[in-house]
Amino acid sequence: MSDMSLHETTPDTVYEAQMGDYFALLKPRVMSLVVFTALVGLLVAPVPVHPFIGFVAILCIAVGAGASGALNMWWDADIDAAMRRTAKRPIPDGRVQPGEALGLGLALSFFAILLLGLATNAVATGLLAFTIFFYAVIYSMWLKRATPQNIVIGGAAGAFPPMIGWAVATGGVSIESVLMFGLIFMWTPPHFWALALFVKTDYGDAGVPMLTETHGRRVTRNHVLAYCLPLVAVALGLGFTSIGGPVYLAVAVVFNAWFLKGCYDIWRRDEAQAEADKYKVEIKTFKVSLYYLFAHFGALLIEAALRANHIGGL
Amino acid sequence: MAIQVEHEIHTRRRGRNIGVGLLLLGFIAIVFGLTVVKVLQLGDLRSFETFDHVVRPQILPENLPETAPEAAPEGTN
Repeated sequence: MSDMSLHETTPDTVYEAQMGDYFALLKPRVMSLVVFTALVGLLVAPVPVHPFIGFVAILCIAVGAGASGALNMWWDADIDAAMRRTAKRPIPDGRVQPGEALGLGLALSFFAILLLGLATNAVATGLLAFTIFFYAVIYSMWLKRATPQNIVIGGAAGAFPPMIGWAVATGGVSIESVLMFGLIFMWTPPHFWALALFVKTDYGDAGVPMLTETHGRRVTRNHVLAYCLPLVAVALGLGFTSIGGPVYLAVAVVFNAWFLKGCYDIWRRDEAQAEADKYKVEIKTFKVSLYYLFAHFGALLIEAALRANHIGGL
Repeated sequence: MAIQVEHEIHTRRRGRNIGVGLLLLGFIAIVFGLTVVKVLQLGDLRSFETFDHVVRPQILPENLPETAPEAAPEGTN
């Protein structure tokens, strides 16, 4: 197609996708959590990393997460179009073509993996590649529409970043990085299902099996408590590893007691009670879950800073 | 229809073009920075310059930086 023919056939009203539209494909809010947890994984590791290599590694992990977000939006464009919350995303809104999202997702995945491989090591690179594959293929394409446990499986993809950060520094996997993975993995279900209880979603209209709709709210309440119990064990267990310490343990005891109390309250009540006070307990527990994750990873950072200054430690 | 010097598509895609340009510049800066860091982490580069047994001025003994002279054995003075 020539330059002239483009000029003649493109009407003035055609929307031209801007950088912001492509950036929105990368799910920037998810990226911010990925950056934070990956950075903690990298900083708490016992092996120092050159600041520039650390910066490039975090950038690659963030771009890899964004790339898998773009691939997810490409695959799930039909679901996004059917739901109010996601109908304004770039593809269903018509601002970006599906093929563009696929191309962007694949290209960014390739660059993120390649650059991380050049900058760091094979373990970190392999974990990033697996995370992108896991989120885009295993979660988005396969299990999201197949099982109401989809949020549990999707949570695994979000749990890998601190493990990758740790691998960037150490070149391996250890009990500390597995427990950081476990912390996010076990935290995701009660966090999300607490939200699902008080937000009226239209996943059912889009054909996505969500626990609240496939098995009902009573079962969802049971699941919130059931996943919270192993979460507490993982969170406290992390405190007894080499990256834990008294500060982390103090924070973990307080926040786990707080979150466990919220999950227990959610489990104890029924739908009539929840509707009577407009889901007050569910909303409060969801907010606590947000502080919970931030507090745990923040405490790990404090412990790392104390160790660097030869203060504290178990 | 005459080809315009400033085609309409240039104006329409200015933001995108600038964005892509900045991303490419950032990519170059990252690769350059990584190269510098990786090379500096190698340590003494002279050890890599002897692999092919070709004499280079910078690795001739007289051009090596001065090191502390070894103590002479007892009774040699």
